[in-house]
Amino acid sequence: MSSTEKFRSEFRTWLRSGLTGEFAALKGRGGPGREHEAFAERLAWERHMAAAGWTCVGWPQEYGGRGATLEEQVAFHEEYALADAPARVGHIGEQLLGPTLIAFGTDAQRARFLPGIRSVDELWCQGYSEPDAGSDLANVRTRAERDADGWSVTGQKIWTSLAHESQWCFLVARTGRGTRRHEGLSYLLVPMDQPGVEVRPIAQLTGTSEFNEVFFDGARTGAENVVGVPGDGWKVAMATLGFERGVSTLGQQVGFRRELEALIALARRNGAADDPLVRDRLARAWTGLEIIRFNALRMLDGAAAGAPGPEASISKIYWATWHRELGELAMDVCGAGGMLADGAPYDLDDWQRLFLFSRADTIYAGSNEIQRNIIAERVLGLPKEARA
Amino acid sequence: MRFGEEHQELRTAVRSLLAKYEGAAAWGPLTRQIGVAGLAVPEEYGGAGCGPVEVHVVMEELGRTLAPVPYLGSAVLATQALLAAGDTGLLPALAEGRTTGALAWAENGSWRPEAVRARAVRGADGWRITGVKDHVLDGAGDGADVLLVAARTEAGLALFHVPSGADGVSREAHTTMDLTRPQATVRFDGAEARAVAVDGDRVLAHVRDLACTALAAEQVGAAERCLELTIAHVQDRVQFGRPIGSFQAVKHRLADAFVRVESARSAALGASWAAASGSPDLSRYAAVAKSACSEAFSAVAGDMIQLHGGIGITWEHDAHRYFKRAHGSSQLFGSPAGHRDRIAEAVVGPRAAGATSLA
Ligand SMILES: Cc1cc2nc3c(=O)[nH]c(=O)nc-3n(C[C@H](O)[C@H](O)[C@H](O)COP(=O)(O)OP(=O)(O)OC[C@H]3O[C@@H](n4cnc5c(N)ncnc54)[C@H](O)[C@@H]3O)c2cc1C
Repeated sequence: MSSTEKFRSEFRTWLRSGLTGEFAALKGRGGPGREHEAFAERLAWERHMAAAGWTCVGWPQEYGGRGATLEEQVAFHEEYALADAPARVGHIGEQLLGPTLIAFGTDAQRARFLPGIRSVDELWCQGYSEPDAGSDLANVRTRAERDADGWSVTGQKIWTSLAHESQWCFLVARTGRGTRRHEGLSYLLVPMDQPGVEVRPIAQLTGTSEFNEVFFDGARTGAENVVGVPGDGWKVAMATLGFERGVSTLGQQVGFRRELEALIALARRNGAADDPLVRDRLARAWTGLEIIRFNALRMLDGAAAGAPGPEASISKIYWATWHRELGELAMDVCGAGGMLADGAPYDLDDWQRLFLFSRADTIYAGSNEIQRNIIAERVLGLPKEARA
Repeated sequence: MRFGEEHQELRTAVRSLLAKYEGAAAWGPLTRQIGVAGLAVPEEYGGAGCGPVEVHVVMEELGRTLAPVPYLGSAVLATQALLAAGDTGLLPALAEGRTTGALAWAENGSWRPEAVRARAVRGADGWRITGVKDHVLDGAGDGADVLLVAARTEAGLALFHVPSGADGVSREAHTTMDLTRPQATVRFDGAEARAVAVDGDRVLAHVRDLACTALAAEQVGAAERCLELTIAHVQDRVQFGRPIGSFQAVKHRLADAFVRVESARSAALGASWAAASGSPDLSRYAAVAKSACSEAFSAVAGDMIQLHGGIGITWEHDAHRYFKRAHGSSQLFGSPAGHRDRIAEAVVGPRAAGATSLA
């Protein structure tokens, strides 16, 4: 048995015995657009995973991970999805901040923050976007001032996923005076539970709420909580985005496959599968699913250590667009019944949620348009956009 | 799914030969100097003992230049049919490239094994074949020395070898829209034949998988070349005082084309690797690759014309050659929708009663 297969079977065995008893009811709960589902119970489940050493498996062993290879990490995600295990709650810390600290943090920062991520005692949110800085991330206005006891942060972040559940936020703030664009930005780690931080939930098109506005008004953090060189945080922030685009493809297609299989089953039951156009679109969706997997395999084959480069943009555009189209197809398979919610106040079914929330896939982690700019300029070598 | 150094060497060798010898003149050097015709033939039959991954590399390169050589018709279709049939006598000559082969297979525009109507009848002096075959690659004139024919016997589908010069065979060359891929109609009227495989369904199904896999690689190579030429053009061509490639409408179109080509490449590589490892999923991956690569190539060749403006629709410029090849290879071995129909059959289930299959 190869080491990957050994790893896979070990994790599968653990999942099979772990997802029983109190945790059995969590199967299939949570995920994008459904983060509100059984959050506390999912947190308990994830701490249970941590206790058994099944969080942060891709981190090096010296930081509490298993040093799993890329292939093993794929196997991890595949097995997790195949077991229908609940969506993760600590993924932002584990997959975005963790690798960033490992690459750019100080020994003291790693010692202070990595154990809490690994044990899922501290959840993290990502404070990048602002009302005037979405695609144009370098336009960040939030400021941080250095004084005798540390940093004082003032400004507004928006669309901050899971801020209401998080103990900490990693954010980009302007720290240099008279600097512009990507100069003079710093990457700061800020505790959420303090008087200077206010979190206001934003209702989403699904009626639920998993992202927020976050207001910082003289919020405090220690002098030691800046990652990388103060004023040179752009590089660190970009690396985090690279991790975000890269990891999102690992194992993700297994979840997509389950969705498509369920949709095919529905189409068979309700007769939609007899419509030649629906059949063709289901087969096209299947074709896309195989391509998502082959794209991910190629990306992994080519990926050296560290954050994936611009080729991650190919995967991102492809899967996000595919998933959005799957949502549209789901509504056509559901037919007229898809117009009706299950009950008051606004209880949508999985297909309606997929249809509505998959619109976000082509926006977050860099919109399709921004990925196209990256490909056109950094891969194809076309002239740069004029920028103000 | 990563190429090794020897694959890169093969690619470089094929590319530099194709740069040196234009058109059909490349076939001699390709077979003599690189041995492309026998790449995927076992050494004991005079080949190099390589496989689908090497075929992939060669097809990508042939696709880049639209080289009008009989590689697909002879080295892939005819040769792989003989290998699948286990009839090895003709292989050494084919592997060497001394002779070329053709597989007379499609009927009435369909490559489905079920669509074969040609009949083979056994008489006192052996088998006799009657029927009409369409879209026979490299099957015209004295092009193909080895003619293989799929025909139905009382026991089912079988594969036959019709000796060159046999009576009752007439070949009609067509003017193809894509002038770089010759096709013929071949008529058999009681032509003398030798049976090479009695399980023709298995042989043809396997050859179709390999043919779709190889063609997918060719489509990726051609689409990649379209994209390269178009990127060079939009950086050169100035309108409104700047290169048209600096306009976002153009950049985004090319970025989407790139995503399409690279994703098609993933699909084609997936099929080639599945073929190389003898994966039981080859049929599905081949259908995925053929449909995705056909659509990608067609879209990119269309974009190429659009972004070249007026010169894109001239005979002088290469754009139309790629556009025509894209159309031809999209239909060859079954349309994208036809292959999705096969996928639907496998993953959605049987079609509603009364409907007919496309591929
Ligand atoms: C579900 C969800 C969760 C999110 N979670 C987080 C989070 O946890 N933390 C966080 O920091 N952010 C988060 N975001 C924010 C996300 O990163 C931004 O929404 C995204 O970057 C787009 O920015 P924007 O909303 O300001 O749109 P804008 O930047 O205003 O863009 C609007 C439209 O214009 C297009 N556009 C903008 N600039 C260009 C250009 N140069 N060329 C062509 N088109 C352009 C965009 O592609 C988009 O279609 C989340 C978003 C969503 C939907």
